[in-house]
Amino acid sequence: MIENLLFELEMAAPQVILGLVNGAFYALLSLGLAIIFGMLNVINFAHGAQFMMGAFVAWMLLAWAGIPYWGALVLAPLIVGVFGVVIERTMIARLYKLDHLYGLLLTFGLALIIEGVFRNGFGSSGLPYAPPAAFNALNIDIPIMFLPGYRVWVVIASVLVCLATWLVIEKTKIGAYLRAATERPELVQAFGINVPRMMTLTYGAGVALAAFAGVLAAPIYSVNPAMGANFIITVFAVVVIGGMGSIMGSVVTGFGLGLIEGLARVVYPEASATVVFVIMAIVLLTRPAGLFGRG
Amino acid sequence: MRDGTAAPAMLEIRDLQAWYGESHVLHGVSLDIREGEVVTLLGRNGAGKTSTLRAMMGLVGRRAGSIRFEGRETIGLRSDLIARTGIAYCPEERGIFASLDVTENLMLPPVIAPGGLGLDEIYTLFPNLKERARSPGTKLSGGEQQMLAIARILRTGARLLLLDEPSEGLAPVIVQQIGAMIREIKQRGFTVLLVEQNFRFAQTVADRHYVMEHGRIVDMVANDQLTASLDRLHEYLGV
Repeated sequence: MIENLLFELEMAAPQVILGLVNGAFYALLSLGLAIIFGMLNVINFAHGAQFMMGAFVAWMLLAWAGIPYWGALVLAPLIVGVFGVVIERTMIARLYKLDHLYGLLLTFGLALIIEGVFRNGFGSSGLPYAPPAAFNALNIDIPIMFLPGYRVWVVIASVLVCLATWLVIEKTKIGAYLRAATERPELVQAFGINVPRMMTLTYGAGVALAAFAGVLAAPIYSVNPAMGANFIITVFAVVVIGGMGSIMGSVVTGFGLGLIEGLARVVYPEASATVVFVIMAIVLLTRPAGLFGRG
Repeated sequence: MRDGTAAPAMLEIRDLQAWYGESHVLHGVSLDIREGEVVTLLGRNGAGKTSTLRAMMGLVGRRAGSIRFEGRETIGLRSDLIARTGIAYCPEERGIFASLDVTENLMLPPVIAPGGLGLDEIYTLFPNLKERARSPGTKLSGGEQQMLAIARILRTGARLLLLDEPSEGLAPVIVQQIGAMIREIKQRGFTVLLVEQNFRFAQTVADRHYVMEHGRIVDMVANDQLTASLDRLHEYLGV
């Protein structure tokens, strides 16, 4: 009986944990999307491409400059974030007065261009990026499963970064500006705050979060131009389920749906790829603003 | 010619025009406000009172003419830079942020110059704001929200306050409190431009009244001549 249960656990645990690791990426990516949407009212379709850029920049830093993982974890988000700032200033900022749809089309186009450029430059087969050996110390090796230390780190890092982002937004003065400007940008600007600059920096920060997730992902998935596109569709579903623009909602939903996907792989594997979208459809029908959305 | 007073105006508006998209809402507004005055803009709905305040803050689509504040032309400035010249704005719908608590709402507008009220003074004037510090801003009563909306711009060091219908939708006893507060801030040397529909209320706080019609100033009445001009005003305001 107990042996049977252990066997079941042995089958289930890795899938659930894998779900949690995926959830860590969903949470980071949907968090960045939520921040950008809240402040800029732009659905950033380039988010997946920027995630992929984070992974590539980490690879370039190592291959071309000898800068190891830890350096890349800081530098790649900065570099890709600056790229985001330039994109916002030169292109997205021109679209704020138009319908949402234009921002979506622009960023979708950007995503295609960015992915195309990387495919041209690096091919589509993928480049290897080894995690630092130090993570082996975090390996979890218990009777029911073996979990590589690096994946433990991914979950920890994601939780920490999400928590830090939430704290900045909910508990600091900058966060108060951000929340207020999300509600009524015009009035916040009439108080003497440079809202256009806030929007630029918010976009940069959201993009940096995507790039950070990209660096985390580099050692797990091979670094390839399509890695963002694979993720981003599910991430958009996560955002819809959690509620556009809700910070806590996107984090909780990200981890939650990762877990649900993992469980689905145990219970009914055929559904694992679609369960998120089924939930999305149900949420859209019953609570169109999302589980954590207002209104 | 300028009302016979020697002091130069703190605010001089000349031939201010404003548009929202294609719609031309101000057709040449001219007015002066001297330091320390409380001046109202009276007029019917749609006369352009709110648009005048919004145009002063750079919150309309396009504007032309001249707005000189303390000698400095602000017509070409972005609204955050206008605010930083020392003008603070309290919108008609009060603009209390739902996702910020009372203290965050109060502390939101950045201090732009020395000389604003300190937090202690604010809490003395508005004790409710201290009691409800952690409530979400929009959970306050209408009167409390109005107090909060005014209190937060007293902190910033701005010397000219633009108040858009602070009495609107409030119970008479609260309107009296708002009136007392406006007299108090005048005592403290603030200059106020007040948009009002309720001229009985305006009468209790203001030094002068401008009357607007169809996006223009059509008359100016000193408060001490208000009773003598009642017939004229009734015609303008349709009351």
